Parts: sequence; structure tokens; C-alpha cells
Amino acid sequence: MIKINSKKLAKFLGLKAVRLLILLIVIAAISFIMIQLSPIDPVRAYLGQRIVSQEQLAIMGEYWGTNLSLGERVMGWLSTLASGSMGFSLIYRVPVTEVIVQKFTASLTLMVSSWIISGIFGFLLGVLAGAKEGTWIDKVIKTYCYILQSSPTFWIGLVLLMVFSVYLGWFPIGLSVPIGQLSDTVTFWQWLHRLILPAFTLSIVGIASLTMYTRDKLISVKKSDYFLFAQARGESFWGIIKNHGIRNILIPAITIQFMSFNELFGGTILVEQVFAYPGIGQATVAAGLRSDVPLLLGIVIISTIFVFAGNLIADIIYQYVDPRLRGEDDD
Amino acid sequence: MGKLLEVNNLSISFTQYVQGLNRHDLKVISDLSLDIGESEIVAVLGSSGSGKSLLAHTILGILPYNAHVTGDVKFNGEILDQEKKEKIRGKEICLIPQSVNFLDPLMKVSQQAVGECKDDNERKEKKIRQREVFAKYGLDESVDDLYPFELSGGMARKVLLSTALLNDPDLLIADEPTPGLDSKSVEETIQDIRKLKDQGKGVLLITHEIDVALKTADRIAIFYSGYVIEINKVENFLNSDNLLHPYTKALVDALPHNGFKLTEGVQPLEEVSGCPYYENCPISSDKCANNKPELIEHDGAMIRCFNFNKAVSEEVVDEVVSEEVVDEVVSEGPVEESVSEEIAEEVNGEEANDGA
Amino acid sequence: MTEAPWYNKGLFSSLNLRQKTLLTIGLTGLVLFVIFICGWLIDANLPTDFAMKMQAPSFSHPFGTDWMGRDMFIRTIKGLSLSIVIGIGASIISSFIATILAFVASVNKWFDEFVSWLIDLFASIPHILLIMMISIALGKGAFGVIMAVAFSHWVNLTRVLRAEVLQINTSEYVALSNRLGRSKLWIAKEHILPLVLSQIFVGTLLVFPHAIMHEASVTFLGFGLSPHEPAIGIILSESMSYLAMGAWWLAFFPGLALLIVVLLFDIIGDNLKRLLDPGEANN
Ligand SMILES: Nc1ncnc2c1ncn2[C@@H]1O[C@H](COP(=O)(O)OP(=O)(O)O)[C@@H](O)[C@H]1O
Ligand code: SF4
Ligand SMILES: [Mg+2]
Repeated sequence: MIKINSKKLAKFLGLKAVRLLILLIVIAAISFIMIQLSPIDPVRAYLGQRIVSQEQLAIMGEYWGTNLSLGERVMGWLSTLASGSMGFSLIYRVPVTEVIVQKFTASLTLMVSSWIISGIFGFLLGVLAGAKEGTWIDKVIKTYCYILQSSPTFWIGLVLLMVFSVYLGWFPIGLSVPIGQLSDTVTFWQWLHRLILPAFTLSIVGIASLTMYTRDKLISVKKSDYFLFAQARGESFWGIIKNHGIRNILIPAITIQFMSFNELFGGTILVEQVFAYPGIGQATVAAGLRSDVPLLLGIVIISTIFVFAGNLIADIIYQYVDPRLRGEDDD
Repeated sequence: MGKLLEVNNLSISFTQYVQGLNRHDLKVISDLSLDIGESEIVAVLGSSGSGKSLLAHTILGILPYNAHVTGDVKFNGEILDQEKKEKIRGKEICLIPQSVNFLDPLMKVSQQAVGECKDDNERKEKKIRQREVFAKYGLDESVDDLYPFELSGGMARKVLLSTALLNDPDLLIADEPTPGLDSKSVEETIQDIRKLKDQGKGVLLITHEIDVALKTADRIAIFYSGYVIEINKVENFLNSDNLLHPYTKALVDALPHNGFKLTEGVQPLEEVSGCPYYENCPISSDKCANNKPELIEHDGAMIRCFNFNKAVSEEVVDEVVSEEVVDEVVSEGPVEESVSEEIAEEVNGEEANDGA
Repeated sequence: MTEAPWYNKGLFSSLNLRQKTLLTIGLTGLVLFVIFICGWLIDANLPTDFAMKMQAPSFSHPFGTDWMGRDMFIRTIKGLSLSIVIGIGASIISSFIATILAFVASVNKWFDEFVSWLIDLFASIPHILLIMMISIALGKGAFGVIMAVAFSHWVNLTRVLRAEVLQINTSEYVALSNRLGRSKLWIAKEHILPLVLSQIFVGTLLVFPHAIMHEASVTFLGFGLSPHEPAIGIILSESMSYLAMGAWWLAFFPGLALLIVVLLFDIIGDNLKRLLDPGEANN
């Protein structure tokens, strides 16, 4: 049904790829400089409370390149990147790529499941609230959204943890995989058991903004001329909501949901920290706290690509699904 | 013989909030009365933004929530409440909307014309009927699968018309069917509407183009500043001597050189205490400043003017009174300040009406 | 039949919308002010009383006590007060950045492109990660957090102001001033700034809740205020160690209090926005 002009798409993707490349180079350079400028001594942060000799400190200093100039260090980092390597993680003691692949896969399950759940429920709640604007149903949904948008994600996580893990004892309290240990020996069921609560937290937090967006969109559709005319043609209210309302807000809602990868990633960091879920979020916090610079920078790059991908998909959907914009294929 | 549609003393106002969240009531239509019989075309002629579409929306029960409505609408002698409006709209009363924006931009036009169906059988039947009506107006099958944005102006007009005619209504409300069309399409549209009359249907034609009203309608209702000031047969518009209201007369006299367009921006936007035309009226008297004329019947026409049957030459404009009123109108500065004044004026106006 | 916001309904139904809105703003502002002053008056070194440690909430300790016997209610108020200060600091700085960038964008096409590109750049790194990085770069602590939150929250207001400035720039009187040979700086100061001032003000208020929440979040993760600071983020991250023992009050009340403060700021921001631009209230 959807006919896509492949030449136009190729050009579009080509331009986007160039943009991404420039973006990555700049972000890589800036984040590297930021870390380098930090007054926090990476050697001390890495060693923590451990006591080491002067010689060992000097060796570590050389490892971090503290004896080179800032420009040299930036160029060094960029050329390493260009060669396709992100260096070695200091705390996991394996290549950064390997850590990221494993941790990111674990987080992806968490993110994808909660993204889908919050997408479906957020949309449905938004449609319900928008259709019933001004009624008690709308008010309940709006209040829920207001409260969730005003609560820190990690606190919601803590409350759910207290209720479901500590009080009811349905789920483990976490902390079962120590930071810095890469290989997991948990079974699928153990893993699923640990996934539910974080995914649930991330879902209910993620619902709020999509619900509000969908609600407002539907309300503006309800005021549109075509909604009026559909009413004037004698169609039933819920028929119009279904045939014209959802038709017109589904694409924008999906677009918004793809553009929320930024918040999704942020939420994951917090939720993983609360539930000790061994994913990319925990790795980020560990890398930041213990100055695992290569890993931290690797994560910055990966998360940028992740957010970019979401926005790109949103762009493509927006441009190629709407028949009005698709009509411009031929030029 | 009962009238097809009767609108009695309809008023519509909106509650608005302006900067600082001060409340402000905006009156758009005041005391509108109108009727349409079978096989009759009545045009409502008024400038843009004067509330003509709102009249159509009232009849169909699709006004926005913040609209406040008084007065009643009768269809075949029966008062239409919201429930009845919902039952008969799209069946006995159909709307031909203002523009292609009234079609869902993401749905093919035939699908919209067919509309909601209970089951596949009904869908098939309606689809056949839709093809018939579309074909009748010269829309071939390729049009069925177009999206609204792909229609040309003339085509869009025909699609909207056919969509409205699908259920064979008794009354059609055509809201500005001609703007933006080339002269050939305008002519076609006028003919199409005339044909509806020949089929026994009643038509409420809403327009701001006086020539379209003259060529199409049997009777014309003139809208001025939210009031219907005159309703007269179309023949009487050929000669301003046969018209009753000074505004209508001036309008018709000015026809050849103002390009058949209604002048905009001269109508007072704020509620005034007397006749809305007072400021521009060549035959006004003291009474007009603070009393509102009612819409009364005269010789088969409707007229809202105290002095319509006096000759113009007899009138002497009372300078003192008119200056006072001009002051009053001019002094209405920013909205915030004028709210209290406005209420005071409204009270005055009501008292005056009671007295009259 | 205008739809008042949910928190404007009921209680004060005899007042008109304007009065209700003003009252809401006044009351919420007062509550926040009282919290701030109370927290400010509290001595940072709370008395410890190990005989009273880990007490569940009671009349004498409504929020319970921690493992050193400190009253959680007082710690929470102190923490909120700190959150408010940091929120105010970060929002003001972020509005400042937004205003400057919006004006920079209005200089010419290239600057405009540059600002758009900056917006894209900042929008493409996850917020929390960005705040973490900036905070690390500045050595964490209150200064680090304030700057980090400020530098990650200017994007929305910049977008709004940029569009607004662009529109004002095409107006008649700006064109006239141009012809009269006024400098761009003069036009910006005399014509544009006064017109966008209310938007800057509302924009600043709307950043507040985000600033407070993000400060608590990065502090919770360990990239914000230092552990001996009486911050809500610190209180909550400490509470993690005692949750398994069932000390729910250590996490529940401080978080709830933070939620309420954020909600109050939200309410003030929304109401002010509606007061200055009633577009939404009309629907
Ligand atoms: N929802 C609303 N709230 C406030 N005012 C409205 C609303 N809808 C319409 N109006 C006012 O009613 C007037 C008449 O609108 P309309 O019926 O579309 O005029 P016309 O069809 O004659 O051009 C408009 O000028 C507008 O100010
Ligand atoms: S009522 Fe008076 S002011 Fe109004 S049109 Fe008639 S004469 Fe003129
Ligand atoms: Mg209209």
C-alpha cells in the first residue's frame, strides 16, 4: 500500500548518515575534553580506597595519558575511534565494545518491553481521556499523568521495590550480580523474574508523556473541521473517534514514542541502579564513578546513536506514511 | 403548510478568557429568526466572521462547548433538541461544508462519503449509491481513491456536494459553496443548487458573495453585526426602492462599483445599546440610539428598523444624541476596561427593550 | 463552560477563573517559600540520638528516624530547601543561556544555523548522561550540578524564544528602527527584550520542576551533591541500604515530599502561563 520512492529514501538516509557522523565526531571530542578537564583525578577515582606505591601511580598516569597535551590526547582518542576500537574497559578488563554489546543487549530487553507496554497503554489512555475530555475519567488519567511526570523515576522504582519485593516478597531485591562482573550465570527464569519490576517501573513512568500528548492531539482533532463534518454526516461519536480520530493521531503518537529514546535511556540508567539490573545503566554509573573513561565515552557514543536512530525512524515514518507528504515522491 | 425549517430568536455567544484570565463574553449572533420552506432556497448574506457558519452548526448540533445558545430550531414543526439533531443530521438535514478541510486528510474521499457502516452488506449498498451520485456529478471512478488534498477546487466542491446528497436529505445547508472557484465552476455550483430546489428540497445557502445569493436564492436574509436586519424576496433586490432597511438599500445601490462584495470592518464588534446600524444610518432618530428594533413582518418581508416606512428626506439626524453615542463607542478601549461598561450597556439595552 | 485545570476545581468554585488562578499561584508560592525558609533556618548538623535510631513514623517523628536517630522530617525539609536553591540557580542560568542563544540566532542566517545545530547536538545525548558528564567535568558538588542542569535545560526555551524573536524581527517597527540606523543591540534591548520578558519568566518557572528532579536523580546516582550534603538524592540513595530491613519510611516520605514540591512548581508555572497566554483556557 505504501509506495516508497527508493531514490528519495536513499538520498535522505545518505544525508542523515553524514549528519550522524559529524554529530558523533563532535560529541566524542567534546565528551573526551570534558572528562579530561575534570578536576577529579582519574587515577585516584579508579583506585578508590586502595593503597598503591608511587611507581604504580606513575604507571597508571602514563596509562591515562596525563603526561600528554590536551590536543594530543583528543587526537589520539579520535584516531583510536576511527580505527574502530573504543579501547579497553578499566573496570571490566575487556574491550569496551564487548562490555557494551553484552550490557546493552540486557538493557534492550528492558527498554523494548517497557517501550511497547508504555506505547500501547499510553496511547489507549490518551485516546480515552481525550474522547472523554472533562469527565471524571479524563481527570483521573490527567491526575495520574501529572503526578508521574512530577515524580523522580528512581523514587517510583524505590516505592515499587518496597511494595513488591520487600513487603510482598514477589521479586528479588537485586544486588545479586556485583558490579564489575561481566558473565552472568543466571537462568532464563531468574532473569525474567528480575526483569518484570524494572520493566514495570519504566513502563508506568513512560506512559505519562505519551498519554498527555495523545490526549491533546485527540482534543485538537475533535475541534477540527473534518471531525465536525463527520458528525454532521451523522456518524456516531465512537465511530468518528475510531475512523478519523485514531487515523489522524496514530502516526504522530508513534513518532513521539520513537522520539522518546532519550528519556527511555535516562530512565533505564535510574531504574537499573534501583533494581541492580546488570545492564548498560549500571555500567554507565560504574564507569562514571570509577573513571573508566574509555567505557564512559563508549557509552556516550552508543547512546547518541541509539537516540539518533529513534529520531531517524520517527522522521521516516513521518515523511513516508502520510499520503500528503508521500505525494511529493516524484520530484 | 408547515415550514421545513424554522429558526426562532437564536442567539449565540462565547465565553472567552483574555490576557490576565479576565472573562469576556463575545456575542456573535443576536436574535436571529429565519424560515425555509420546501423547494425554497434562502440565502444568508453576511460578511466573513459574522457567524454564518455558526448558524449552520447550530442547526446540526455541532457547536463548540463554550458556545452559549438561546432560541430554538424547528424542523417540520418539531423542536430540535440535541438528541433529535444527532438523529436527523446526515439523513434529513445535510451539510455541504465550506472547504475541502472538512474532509479527513488521511482518508480516501469515497470512503468518507460512504461513512460508517454496520456490516459489509450495508457497505456494499452504500458504495453503489456513492458511485451513482458521484457519477451524476461527473466524478469518475478514479476520484474515489483520491485523498482530499489531491482534489482540484471544482472537484472538491462536487465531492462535498455528492457526499451531502448520498442520503437524499430534505434540507441542505450549503456553507460558502463558491469562494475560490473559477467562474465556470461557480456557475455549475449555482445550477446544481437550483436543481436541488426543483427536486423539492429546501436549501439554506450561506454566503458572503451577493451576486451568488442573487443568482441562486428565492429569499435573502441580510446579516449585519450579528443581527438579521432584513429578509426579502430576491426580486426586490433588483431595485433598492423595494427594499426596507437603509443598510440593504445602500448595499444594493452600491452594487456595480463595489464588486458585489460586502464591506467588511464597518460593523460594530462590541454590543451596542441601540440599533447596530445607528452610527452609519442616514435616517436614524433619537429612539434608535438606545432602543433595539425588533424583527417584524412587513408586506411578506421581515425588517428590523424603526423608521423603514418613513421617507429619507423627512429624517433629521439629531446631532447631540449621535455625538454621545459615538463617544461611547469610541471610548471602549482595551477589552479589560470595557467589560464592566459592556455589562452596564447590556442591562440598559434590556431595559430599553422591555420598555419598547 | 471553560475547563479549569483539575486543581482549580471544587474548593474555590465561587471565585472566577482569574481569582482562582491568582490564589493558586499565591498559595503554592507561599508553601514553597515556607519550606525554603524553614530549611534554611535548620542547622545542617542535626542532633544524633542513637537511642532513637530507625524509628518508624510516630507523632514525635512524623517521617521516622534514620540509623543515627536523626529526625527524617527535619532532614527532608532541609533537603527540599537545598533542592529549591539548586532548582532556582539552575533555572535562572538555563534561561540566561536560552535568552542569549535566541538573540545570537537572530543576528544572521549563519548564527541561526549554528544555534539550531547546538540544539540538535544537546538533544541527541540522553539528558541524564549529559548531566553526569558536565557534573564530572566540573568536579561534581553543588556548582557542578547547577551548571550541569542549566546546560542541559536551555533547549526548549531557546526554541520558543528563537521563534518569537524571529517573528518580532519581521515586524514594522523593527524594520523602521533598522531604517533609522539603530544598532542590532539597541533593537534587541529596546524592542525585543521587553516583549519576550514574560516568556523568559514563564520559561524559567517551567524549568524548575525538571531541574529539581534531575538534581535529585544525578545526586542519587552519585554524580551530584556530595554524601555529607543534606540533599534528597543523598537521603534516597542512603535509604537503599535499609530497604531490605523494611525501613520504608526512609525512602517513602522524602521522595513524596520532593514529588509535592515539584508538583507545586508545576502548578505555579502552568497557572502563570495560562494567566499570560489564555489560549488554552478558552478551550
Ligand atoms: N469556539 C469559539 N470561541 C470563540 N469565538 C468563536 C468560536 N467559534 C467561532 N467564534 C467566533 O464566531 C465568529 C463567527 O464565526 P463563523 O460562523 O465561522 O463566521 P462566518 O462563517 O460568517 O465567516 C468568529 O468571528 C469567531 O470570532
Ligand atoms: S432602527 Fe434607526 S438606526 Fe437602525 S436602521 Fe432603522 S432608522 Fe437606522
Ligand atoms: Mg463560515
